[in-house]
Amino acid sequence: MNEKPASLWQRLFGDSVRAFGVISVVFLLSIAIAPAKNFFSEWRHYQRGYLKTIRNRSDANTLQRHFAGGIQQVWLPELGVVDRCTSCHVGLKEAGLSDVPTQPYRTHPPIPHKLDQFGCTTCHRGQGAATTVAESHRSTLAWEQPILPAKYIESSCGQCHRGQLAGTPQLNQGRALLARQGCLHCHTVKLPDGSTLKATDDPPSLSHIADKTSREWIFAWLKDPQAYASTSTMPNFKLSDDDARDISAFLIANSSPLPGDTVNVPAKASADPAAGASLYGESFCASCHAVQNAAGNIVGGDVGPELTRVGTKVKPEWLQAWLRNPRAYNPATGMPHYRFNDGQVAMLAGFLQGKADSDFLSNVHLDTATPEQVAHGKRLVSDYGCASCHEIAGIRKPENFAPELSRIGSKPVTQLIFLSGMQHTLPDYIAGKIKNPRAFSPGLKMPQYTFTPQQIDALTTALLSLNERSYTLPSSLAVPGRVETDYQPAGKAGKLMTDLACFSCHRINGHGSDMAPDLTWEGSSVQRDWLVQFFKNPGTLRPALIRRMPRFNLTDGEVNELADYIMTVYQSPKVDRDSMPLGGYSQGQIELGRQLFYGKYSCQGCHIVDTKTDKGYIGPTLTHVGSRLTAAWIYEWMRNPQSLRPGTVEPNRAMNDEDARALTAFLISQKGGEKSSRSSKAANSNSHAREVAKR
Amino acid sequence: MKVYIAFLLGFVMLGTSCSRKSASAPGPTPTAVGAAIVESSGGKQFAQTGSLLPQPLIVQVNDAQGTAIPGALVEFAAPPGVTLDPPSALSDSSGQVTTNVSLGGMAGRYQITAFTLDKSHNKVELKLEEIALGYRQTLGRRLNDQYCDRCHNSESTVERVSNYDNLEVKPHPFSEKATLSKLTDADLNAIITNGGPALQKSALMPAWGNTLSKSEIQALIAYIRAVSDPPSRDSGPLYSETGH
Repeated sequence: MNEKPASLWQRLFGDSVRAFGVISVVFLLSIAIAPAKNFFSEWRHYQRGYLKTIRNRSDANTLQRHFAGGIQQVWLPELGVVDRCTSCHVGLKEAGLSDVPTQPYRTHPPIPHKLDQFGCTTCHRGQGAATTVAESHRSTLAWEQPILPAKYIESSCGQCHRGQLAGTPQLNQGRALLARQGCLHCHTVKLPDGSTLKATDDPPSLSHIADKTSREWIFAWLKDPQAYASTSTMPNFKLSDDDARDISAFLIANSSPLPGDTVNVPAKASADPAAGASLYGESFCASCHAVQNAAGNIVGGDVGPELTRVGTKVKPEWLQAWLRNPRAYNPATGMPHYRFNDGQVAMLAGFLQGKADSDFLSNVHLDTATPEQVAHGKRLVSDYGCASCHEIAGIRKPENFAPELSRIGSKPVTQLIFLSGMQHTLPDYIAGKIKNPRAFSPGLKMPQYTFTPQQIDALTTALLSLNERSYTLPSSLAVPGRVETDYQPAGKAGKLMTDLACFSCHRINGHGSDMAPDLTWEGSSVQRDWLVQFFKNPGTLRPALIRRMPRFNLTDGEVNELADYIMTVYQSPKVDRDSMPLGGYSQGQIELGRQLFYGKYSCQGCHIVDTKTDKGYIGPTLTHVGSRLTAAWIYEWMRNPQSLRPGTVEPNRAMNDEDARALTAFLISQKGGEKSSRSSKAANSNSHAREVAKR
Repeated sequence: MKVYIAFLLGFVMLGTSCSRKSASAPGPTPTAVGAAIVESSGGKQFAQTGSLLPQPLIVQVNDAQGTAIPGALVEFAAPPGVTLDPPSALSDSSGQVTTNVSLGGMAGRYQITAFTLDKSHNKVELKLEEIALGYRQTLGRRLNDQYCDRCHNSESTVERVSNYDNLEVKPHPFSEKATLSKLTDADLNAIITNGGPALQKSALMPAWGNTLSKSEIQALIAYIRAVSDPPSRDSGPLYSETGH
């Protein structure tokens, strides 16, 4: 029995029959490996699990009928999609399975697209052709793109949808940040259609900075912009004291005075601050400028710079010149040229000068700059690419200063250098880089931003949408966003509109901002007399709004110029303003309109016609609507408000002709007098003025 | 045979050690113990699936008399897919612990549990719910903000003055479960599409059927169901740590 090994050999391969038998068994076993592997494969396991899950359900028969075993595949050659995800995610299309708690069997949540049209990986990424969980969900040696984390899923919508979408707030926010926070001044982003993303912010020119502020302020600002204004979009370059000293020295030395840019401050520097505050309020400065209040909240718009500490920044003689006519210093500014008189300028300047923070500059003591410091400052300004954002005399705007981001959303992970402790995925890299760029290398030029975690997620989402797939998808799938035109009104009125910066708030013919109503068809909408009155003394149309039309102190000539232009040019092809009369409707029709207003359509929920009874606070007050709007516009508005102003909140009531005419008759009789029938132009404008005075 | 058994044992042990949850990172050592844990802020927030809640979750550790206890260890637990940053911490000088919560990838309600040990080493728990909005509910929220909120929400903000108080017949806030859970989806659809009179309700609720598309109205209903407080049958699944 000691010769066991030999006998084992003998027993297995002792003669040819034994040898043949053993080899055959080994051979058969090795052949069986392939079918066994198939039998025990993950997707079969999940399909068996699915059948077990649906077995006891009431809808088992239907589900069973829909079930097809084996590998399932969505093949869309034109999208480059070969997705076998449905092999395991069996119930994606079964509406009845939305309550199944365990994946992979639940119904896909409702979205506007169909699985058969787009597949899975178009939105979720991952390896579509793989049939194991590890290979399809995670990145492998052969496949770099893992499943996209849920929080960035909106980036996939952005591959085709270039504009804003109601259902993708995070993507919208990310894109707005990209355009607003200065990213696009240094990074180029080209879209598949060949266009280039444009920045929406307008950093100030520094060529005449010495007129505006002191070197000490520039120093303190460079060291920590958010210490001056927490809402500032200027990032922190983490400059040393010496570098900030030298850059401030260069900017002051490089600045040239501009004629008309500063004025001699009158002896009486500022009037009473309360009057200044009320002028600030009446001029609706807060529509664009924010101020931090005592509670620490930022109150006001974000179109212009925050003014919490503006008195610490600007020189009094510059501020007065700016308030007198901002276009003298910056012809392209979005600030309107208010026609303030000397007294008003002094009052407002005094008020703003009082918004000072003595702490901000208390520790800044700079000696006179040496030529070496100035030269070093100039080098730093070039090195940091300051001219990418700011116009600086003598420094050319650098091109391609930072890496292009057109396809950042599919940058190979192998090309990235991660921080230790960081997950090795592209979204984590992008978010990490935005959060703290200099952590990746102290020598990096990208500055430090002050984004909230939500903003970082939004930016990452927007950047992930800029990927290879967006280029390879058929261009027929692309949904363009709203195109900003370069519309510019002509002539004298056009010049006036530029001077008043109408486009900073209003949109006309596809150009301008959305803060105030679109004026493209204003000439069909309003009556000329009302428009003239409104320019002279803008009243309150919507009581609940905090942003309102300011008074620009226009001359009669200017008012007429604007009114003529608007009434002539801005007309809608849909509304002929002379097609319906502004009065003379029968009492019966007016009364019918009143009943419809208060009954069937219950308009008083949102509008006020009678200030004694109505309280509606959402739409414009209609007490004077008969002397404001044209009858033709009211009629068309009743029929289909969205056809006149897309996106307006006023519901389309699909009103019949009779109702619309009666309501038009009722509304056009609201001339603002005590009794609508007794209205006259004089009484109307008086009561209008009274209402404004009361405000 | 012995070798075989040894291998088998080895595999079983390997398997069990792998499947066990990796032990939680050793948290900081508590210097005090509390008797109760209460919410300071951050419960019942909404965020899109997978996203960070707008505000952090803040809980407070108190003693039996309701006085804040600094230095007590609070641990947070959540269903899979939820991330908590940090997952555990000591209460600060005012007895509070703050954590940032990112919700899971599926729409529904997520139960977050905060717990601390009292002096007899018993678990003191606080359960909170956060709401994740899927695509449809997110779209619904946007439509709600644009069309519905001004009347149906009585709270005013600086930017948006509520019209609630100006209405003779008061609209129902969408969180009001008592009323809204009595209405079926078909009822809600009828009211939104054809206005209040469709269900013998006030005409102050206008018809939106010509302004909003069918799918937009569906999205609004999905949002209205998601914000029901307390949650209704249709509010979506509840995910808790111990399972679904």
